[in-house]
Amino acid sequence: MHYLFYIFAVLAVAGALAVILQKRPIYSALSLIVVMGSLAVIYLLLEAEFMAAVQIIVYAGAIMVLFVFVIMLLNAGREKPSQKSWLAQKLGLPILVIFFVQMFLVLITAFPKSTVSLGGKFSSSAHSIGRLLFRDYVLPFEITSILILIAILGAIVLARRET
Amino acid sequence: MVPISHYLALSLILFGLGVAGFLFRRNIITVFMCIELMLNGVALSFVAFSRYWGDLSGQLFVFFIIAVAAAEAVVGLAIIIAVFRARKSLSIDDLSSMKY
Repeated sequence: MHYLFYIFAVLAVAGALAVILQKRPIYSALSLIVVMGSLAVIYLLLEAEFMAAVQIIVYAGAIMVLFVFVIMLLNAGREKPSQKSWLAQKLGLPILVIFFVQMFLVLITAFPKSTVSLGGKFSSSAHSIGRLLFRDYVLPFEITSILILIAILGAIVLARRET
Repeated sequence: MVPISHYLALSLILFGLGVAGFLFRRNIITVFMCIELMLNGVALSFVAFSRYWGDLSGQLFVFFIIAVAAAEAVVGLAIIIAVFRARKSLSIDDLSSMKY
């Protein structure tokens, strides 16, 4: 079972690399869908079936369609490289490498041998998630709905053509 | 079983690649997609820790992350459309008028 994790982890990392290395935004968007699909499989391996479904339906389905729609609407082509910031060109990659090494060291020292199945019995059905969402987390849920309402209104106001 | 540190390493790699793309890329839509990549990396660590502790709350936070990401994508893409109408450009090098 665990070899599936490594297959899809490599696929996700390859997709993420493609996102940041492709020169055309539409290829980056399609690579991002690959990342999200492989993350959904990894959620399934973590016994989070509902989250895997939400990941596919909402993230890869709705949000990425929005991205692809805007890319095609604005006719975004190949991007031009910029030579504006010499500081970023000189220091960017070393700082990134230092960040990675530091975080990996923390990971290795913090979780030496522990596996993911510590918690014992674990039910992540839509039933138990809904019970938790509408009992313990009902206030954040309502705030999220207000946030989405504001986002809809903001998008309409921002993207409207001025008359 | 796969150790939890491997899930966290994958999450870290996705987040780091998102940061790298956010800093290096010049197209504003690609920069935006790198933010989504970072959010996905964080969400993976939430789900992994949810399984690790046997606590379902982590998955609910992923739920909220996805909702916030949707709201952020809608508003951000609307801003991108408005900026493109005003500037006729998608490069973030042309959007530096508030910088100085």
